[in-house]
Amino acid sequence: MFEICTGSVDSTRLARELADPACGGYATFEGWVRNHHEGRSVSGLEYEVYEPLAVKEGETVLAEALERFDINRAACIHAQGALDIGELAVWVGVSAPHRDAAFDACRYIIDQIKIRLPIWKKEFYVEGDSGWVNCEVCASKV
Amino acid sequence: MNKLVVRYFAVYRESTGLGEESVTSAAATPEALFAESARRYPGLERFEAARVAINDELASWDSPLSDGDTVLFFPPVAGG
Repeated sequence: MFEICTGSVDSTRLARELADPACGGYATFEGWVRNHHEGRSVSGLEYEVYEPLAVKEGETVLAEALERFDINRAACIHAQGALDIGELAVWVGVSAPHRDAAFDACRYIIDQIKIRLPIWKKEFYVEGDSGWVNCEVCASKV
Repeated sequence: MNKLVVRYFAVYRESTGLGEESVTSAAATPEALFAESARRYPGLERFEAARVAINDELASWDSPLSDGDTVLFFPPVAGG
């Protein structure tokens, strides 16, 4: 249950699908568009997604989480296109018999999504310029 | 020589000024193909965290290229 949507994420439908009578714990992570980055004021974001591979890799990450942790269901939605400050850019939901596994799996999924999926973030700054955001590990050149 | 489709994303798309091009190349690997592109587009930088995919499968920089392949160059990702 991995999806790419256009604009702010609406998790209502997928969250319903995580309901499971065998589960006593439900953990979610929401990533919101923040109004600052590295000391600069941000006015909005744009996500570029290569959807065929993002969906494939996203499904792989969810399958890994189901394999590694004692959880019953997992889902994730990531936005593409333009988003305003405060809008929901990514949502992860996990249901599990007990809370520890739900928290751990949720953390695993968002961490992997951020480093493995072909998704790029362009920030627009209040001064009018813009820039592509790189993950922490990408500053160096080969 | 292989006929290839090369696709560029995010900052690579902006550096090359195009999302996609068809090339005829003797490059045997994505590594060599990227180097050819970088000679045509001086703004194109090979970041350590850059990735490559061939025909929608993540690949390594020394994977073999075949005639008809579509090669995708991904700059460092930043989802979430």
